[in-house]
Amino acid sequence: MTFTLDAAVAARDFDVSLSLAEGETVAVLGPNGAGKSTLLSIVAGLLRPDAGRAQVDGRTLFDLGPGLNAWTAPHRRGTALLAQEPLLFPHLSALDNVAFGPRSAGSPRARARETARHWLAQVDAADLANRRPAELSGGQAQRVAVARALAADPELLLLDEPMAALDVHAAPLLRRLLKRVLAGRRAIIVTHDVLDAYMLADRVIVMEQGRITEAGPTRDVLQRPRSRFAAGLAGLNLVAGTVTAAGLRTAAGQEFAGRHEDPPVAGQSGVAAFPPSAVSVFLSEAHGSPRNSFPVTVTDLEPHGDQIRVRAGELSADVTPAASADLGLAPGVGVYFVVKAAAVSIYPA
Amino acid sequence: MTRHGYSGIPRWVLAIAAVGALFVLLPLVAMVARVDWPRFVPLLTSEASLTALGLSLRTAAASTVLCVLFGVPLALALARTEFRGQRLLRSFVLLPLVLPPVVGGIALLYTFGRQGLLGRSLELAGIQIAFSTTAVVLAQTFVALPFLVVSLEGALRSAGSRYEAVAATLGARPTTVLRRVTVPLVLPGLASGAVLSFARSLGEFGATLTFAGSLQGVTRTLPLEIYLQRETDADAAVALSLLLVAVAVIVVGLSYRGPSPAGRSSRSSVAGNAADGEAGA
Repeated sequence: MTFTLDAAVAARDFDVSLSLAEGETVAVLGPNGAGKSTLLSIVAGLLRPDAGRAQVDGRTLFDLGPGLNAWTAPHRRGTALLAQEPLLFPHLSALDNVAFGPRSAGSPRARARETARHWLAQVDAADLANRRPAELSGGQAQRVAVARALAADPELLLLDEPMAALDVHAAPLLRRLLKRVLAGRRAIIVTHDVLDAYMLADRVIVMEQGRITEAGPTRDVLQRPRSRFAAGLAGLNLVAGTVTAAGLRTAAGQEFAGRHEDPPVAGQSGVAAFPPSAVSVFLSEAHGSPRNSFPVTVTDLEPHGDQIRVRAGELSADVTPAASADLGLAPGVGVYFVVKAAAVSIYPA
Repeated sequence: MTRHGYSGIPRWVLAIAAVGALFVLLPLVAMVARVDWPRFVPLLTSEASLTALGLSLRTAAASTVLCVLFGVPLALALARTEFRGQRLLRSFVLLPLVLPPVVGGIALLYTFGRQGLLGRSLELAGIQIAFSTTAVVLAQTFVALPFLVVSLEGALRSAGSRYEAVAATLGARPTTVLRRVTVPLVLPGLASGAVLSFARSLGEFGATLTFAGSLQGVTRTLPLEIYLQRETDADAAVALSLLLVAVAVIVVGLSYRGPSPAGRSSRSSVAGNAADGEAGA
């Protein structure tokens, strides 16, 4: 492990431990206000935690606590930050924006500009070199901002929802670009988009309320989510409860029959996960084993591809628009969600 | 500027606005009407007038330099840092805006005058400030400094510190960030603050008279000369007043031009947040 972080901020109820291997990219997922941006600010040195320590390749970024007061200023950390907005310096050309890092590191102007040209070419923005930020589109500006961050030769690249402010056409382009430049680079990327995690990251961590609630290889976390947030990202319904021989029992006493992913240990806490596409909606209780049927109240209807997603609290089902009309679905209507036991995965959590 | 959209302002408000504008314009027109045009140029070019004008321009330039020198760090401290007593400091820095200049002059006298707080030590060192050209510059700086601080602090706050944070993560030392990011970003605010300070210095009267006196060629600036001439030669006073009006018009024209780039960037951040909401949904 070459980057390690332990940090706590009491005022924000933030307490996180994290480490990154050389060349590893980690995606940080989580709901708004979970502390994702706080994490980046702490690493970048823009926010001082109450206690904790962080190191990059044996170099101390901070070491704070009772009797400890080591603090490295942001400009000596080598942790370039790419924010949601490009934040290109409006008074400098694209080229001089990218040359800013090398210039600050002491390169002479000509060599800094040479480095800047190299990185502009890397992000397919060589032809934008002489433009002012005001003359760039959102996507172009963010590409230049990527080049600027990379030109600073950071030991750890911090990306704070870099695609969030882009339109639907510019985002995929930047995502492909990031996939190319992040390969083999140590980076932390905060994102809302599960696609970013799949495409860009080796590993994901899920943050909720200032804590890491889940961590692991991207595929594992999204295929077998243990937190409701990760399940939502992966597009799965998630029900927590206690593992039984036949499946899972929720705290409310609801029994879920399902497929055990691991040999079941009765009494262990676990989760049942199933995709909305496996859920059928009925107006009356459907019987016949092995099925799970439970009463819910519809809270929301929303389009989902060519289907209608029926939300009932934390659970959702996908039905065709015709079926939705036949059933007379509307918020407030009581219905039964029915899911085959074979479609329910049960695993310990 | 022409607008085609709905303005939503009742007509009677515009009528009152017109009265207000007339209240400012009419005295200027009255003064122009009173100008003795055949003697205008000779009055302006009299030795006393030229001396006063030259002194005014030199002292106002010097005090503008002092305002920038002390005002920029003050505005940065007020806009970019947090410390105990910051609000109190801001109130005191802004005090000369609302203080009668005469009071400022008296305060300066008891600071730098012969019997003053610092004046006594300066006197021992052989430095006399009161009733010298230096006193004029100090009096003008005292009243003009708040204009620079207010205008620059506003520019700094609306520019926000996010560009500076990014610059720091790119490896720029604080001094480099100040030189290459902060100052260029607020340059329009700094320029208009400096122009306003210059204008305020040029018009300074009360503090100057109290602290520096009215010695021709040494402390008698243009406003003092006008006040003096009014007693003996009203036509000369009017001619010199018109000159100050002309300078003021030029100054205001220079400082109020176009929206600042800081305003533009804050608007784009709103757009950014809106797009964020879409992507998050």
